[in-house]
Amino acid sequence: MRVFILAVLSAFAAHAAVAQGIAPQERRSGFETMGPEAQAMQRDDFANPAMLGVAVGEAAWNRAPANGKPACSGCHGDINASMRGVDVRYPARNAVNLATLDLPGRIQLCQSLHQALMPEPRESAGLLALQAAIALRSRGLPIEAPSARGLSDGVARGEALYRQRLGQLNLSCAQCHDDHWGRSLGGTRIPQGHPTGYPLFRLEWQALGSLQRRLRNCFIGVRAEPFATGASEWIDLEIYLRERAAGMASDAPAVRP
Amino acid sequence: MRWCARAFGLAGLLAVPVAAQAPMGKAGVPEAAPLPVSRPADPANGRKIVVERRRGFCLLCHSGPFPEARFQGDLAPSLAGTGTRWTEGQIRARLIDSTAINAETIMPPYFRTGGGNRIGPAFSGKPILNAEEIEDVTAFLTTLRD
Repeated sequence: MRVFILAVLSAFAAHAAVAQGIAPQERRSGFETMGPEAQAMQRDDFANPAMLGVAVGEAAWNRAPANGKPACSGCHGDINASMRGVDVRYPARNAVNLATLDLPGRIQLCQSLHQALMPEPRESAGLLALQAAIALRSRGLPIEAPSARGLSDGVARGEALYRQRLGQLNLSCAQCHDDHWGRSLGGTRIPQGHPTGYPLFRLEWQALGSLQRRLRNCFIGVRAEPFATGASEWIDLEIYLRERAAGMASDAPAVRP
Repeated sequence: MRWCARAFGLAGLLAVPVAAQAPMGKAGVPEAAPLPVSRPADPANGRKIVVERRRGFCLLCHSGPFPEARFQGDLAPSLAGTGTRWTEGQIRARLIDSTAINAETIMPPYFRTGGGNRIGPAFSGKPILNAEEIEDVTAFLTTLRD
């Protein structure tokens, strides 16, 4: 019996070692692995282009819509107080319709439900700006594990996607970002792929963009068909990536090459 | 059937002088026969496919003796000496579907149309390279001798 338990335990340990990917002490954020110029740009709030989005988002936070419904601040008050630590707890299951939403999805729900507005579309400057303004209030805080707030199913679904080969080039996320991070992909250093800084200003985009946009880029790169914008598969992937990055400090809104 | 085997045996005998110069490859590594093509293999075009990022993708992962290619990858072995290490048939087999040789490989299957997940509509049912291109790249890689 004891032997049997030991065998089961060691089988679990072996599985954990495989599924773990990157050991916690080896995790590196995109900030740590990018070049010193981009790091300097992010460190300086006056040089970080994502901070322009924050300014736009803060103005929107305090502006009431023309239909007489409240501004964000009308319900939530001061963004510094009410939004502190919110971003690092997303994706989250919301209490209104019990759907699991990422932060942009949650902002859209507020816009339609409480402001009676047509929600701003994903990747629109307005939605990214609000997300950036909210995410800034979690800067430096540790990303919380989605499994600790009842999202273990999403973690499992997201991990399955992360490990599935995709597209004509037949590559999984894990093959690059777990197995070959730090290596040169045609001269570009492969990051570990931790979503610590979204929304972020990507120099390649010359714009603020979302994690879904970045994931879509990877899908196109391996010649896979991306999921529809806002699809639950993207949320599952984000949930798994946040689980994988749990405990790492948020550096949103970040700069990346 | 027996005739067939004899014919191949004869071809094998005739091929001995060439085979003496050709690499031995590694025992047990699968080989693939030449694909049916509409024209003879063109190693110069094969080199172009290898070097141009958006055609072969080869130098995203591999490096090799290509001084004009500034950015080369280091996820996979250098292509230098490929033609010494592998037989032509082994190179072709690896290009056609490397996962048939090593299930865990990161090398894309260049001439496989079945299987795969969520392949983009523009690429669905199509191989990464066509038969002529596979033969061109194979012919070029056999010339990379140490």
